[in-house]
Amino acid sequence: MPTEKTIDFTRMPDSRGHFGPYGGLFVSETLMEPLEELRDAYEKYMQDAAFLAELDADLANYVGRPSPVYHAQRLSRENGGAQIYLKREDLNHTGAHKVNNTIGQALLAKRMGKSRIIAETGAGQHGVATATVAARLGLECVVYMGEVDIARQEANVYRMKLLGARVESVSSGSRTLKDALNEAMRDWVTNIDNTFYIIGTVAGPHPYPAMVRDFQAVIGREAKEQMQQQTGGLPDALVACVGGGSNAIGLFYPFLNDSSVAIYGVEAAGDGLDSGRHAAPLCAGTPGVLHGNRTYLMEDPNGQIIETHSISAGLDYPGVGPEHAWLKDVGRAKYVAATDKEALAAFHTLTRVEGIIPALESSHAIAYALKLARDMDEKQTVLVNLSGRGDKDMHTVAALDGLKI
Amino acid sequence: MSRISDRYKQLEERGRVALIPFVTAGDPGPAVTVPLMHAMVEAGADIIELGVPFSDPMADGPVIQRASERALEHGISLRDVLAMVHKFRERDTSTPVVLMGYLNPIEVMGYEVFALAAHEAGVDGVLTVDLPPEEADDLLSSLRPRDIDPIFLMAPTTTEDRMQRICDTASGFVYYVSVKGITGAGHLAIGDVAAKTAQIRKHTRLPVGVGFGIKDAKTAQAVAQVADAVIVGSVLVKRIEELRETPEEIAPAVAMILSSMRHAIDLI
Repeated sequence: MPTEKTIDFTRMPDSRGHFGPYGGLFVSETLMEPLEELRDAYEKYMQDAAFLAELDADLANYVGRPSPVYHAQRLSRENGGAQIYLKREDLNHTGAHKVNNTIGQALLAKRMGKSRIIAETGAGQHGVATATVAARLGLECVVYMGEVDIARQEANVYRMKLLGARVESVSSGSRTLKDALNEAMRDWVTNIDNTFYIIGTVAGPHPYPAMVRDFQAVIGREAKEQMQQQTGGLPDALVACVGGGSNAIGLFYPFLNDSSVAIYGVEAAGDGLDSGRHAAPLCAGTPGVLHGNRTYLMEDPNGQIIETHSISAGLDYPGVGPEHAWLKDVGRAKYVAATDKEALAAFHTLTRVEGIIPALESSHAIAYALKLARDMDEKQTVLVNLSGRGDKDMHTVAALDGLKI
Repeated sequence: MSRISDRYKQLEERGRVALIPFVTAGDPGPAVTVPLMHAMVEAGADIIELGVPFSDPMADGPVIQRASERALEHGISLRDVLAMVHKFRERDTSTPVVLMGYLNPIEVMGYEVFALAAHEAGVDGVLTVDLPPEEADDLLSSLRPRDIDPIFLMAPTTTEDRMQRICDTASGFVYYVSVKGITGAGHLAIGDVAAKTAQIRKHTRLPVGVGFGIKDAKTAQAVAQVADAVIVGSVLVKRIEELRETPEEIAPAVAMILSSMRHAIDLI
């Protein structure tokens, strides 16, 4: 294993999508050619000035970028320790970071002449972001979503339908995000000629982990500049929640070669890492192959994928992006976990102290950041990716308070 | 020479097209599988494909996914599947057995440990649906010294370049997936299959099997005219599902479907 100092992190993955032993292309033969086609198109258009100009214009005028970096002064003061800054991805159109990627992939789909878009979704944020861009570009859109997630994210299901998407309920397996992904893959393999599969996270077969990262890296590029403007330097630490890991890698990637910046990814510890009921493959899983890539997984000793648990549907996934797996192994990023309870407490704290209602996913990052900041000096800075807003979680939180809304 | 190559050589001498049934090991329960394998051989199967259950069978349709789920309810692991092959070999030392499944159970067991155990159990071929030749070097270097053939899929989307690469990597036989889609789906267009198998034969002298979308004796017969092997899965697994409450009826029912296919294939 190479040491951290000898690695240029911006040069990963290799030409076949490997991040060290992770990533790669583990799919059935039918998908090999379409994935090569996608890789070629992606490599071509990421060098294409007209494509990049259209993407930038959409990010500015449709998504509302750049999203602000906000110094949470009251929160920092009450918490004690380091100054906490929030990258406000919750202020994007559709309410989360997901749209950065769907805008990019949908433009690519259009360039490739595909008329039909499919996607998988857990919390529904990626589904909404996909249905949104499909509506705007006049593309047919089908979103696969587990039965369990449909029940706990009713509002987003309705939003997708309003936007003209068909939401397909998935009742196989654990009826959550991983099963939605299986079903979307099956659709893709069957309708390969006219269909573009917009994967919402930095997992899946090459080129998805690299492509989604590159579309999300706008988060980190902006944040780096904004922190320099506001504080005169780089943050001392970055914190982001990790399900599949797209908002995290989007923030981390532009900072990977800045060795003074400590990097923390926060997984969902559910009822606790010892309880077995969690969704923390990096903290408590083992390497394996699922959904087109090699990465850390929640699996049993026979290699069967096991059911995960998290209060937040968006983190309820048994795998994680291969780049995170690699960053963990080489030691560049540290992966920790926050329980349902800790995330909920952070949700209430941020809401009451700063007037910002975070998504339950992002609340995991807030929870760890508060803990981390307390052990740091008040002149130091922690930048947290506030990846989404909490509107979609109102009924989940209300139910815990015994209310039905 | 592997048991698979031996078998194809014998078939070629007899002018017979191979019939390869697929069933999921341990579906609907562990006791069913070994007697079912023997019954399938008696009904005219030349090679047996044994599915290794996996929690996330992405390339399979609902029929085979449910078979996996039934087997997993009994906790059937890769080691259990190998034990079934071992038991089958007590009475049948000539019918090749190919394991078909997904990479992760093998990955977690470890390639060397798996290859050794599979060899000892009497496995002849391994088809991992989600392992293209590009990622297969390590597994192949464990399988080859044990005379276990790596079987690879080719699809309607496979280009000439890839065809060559796959043929160079495969041994035993190659497997053409006749429809764009998942197992048990779609209708196969025999004209397209004929064109594609002819194209594949330009790249290899290995036997060419055709599967996905073979639903009855008629399609089996049509495919047999352009292929060296007819591979049939979902239609058998569906019958097994229908009879899951009366497992003693499964072997004769599956044998009946295979016999009719065997008969139709042998008419050509």
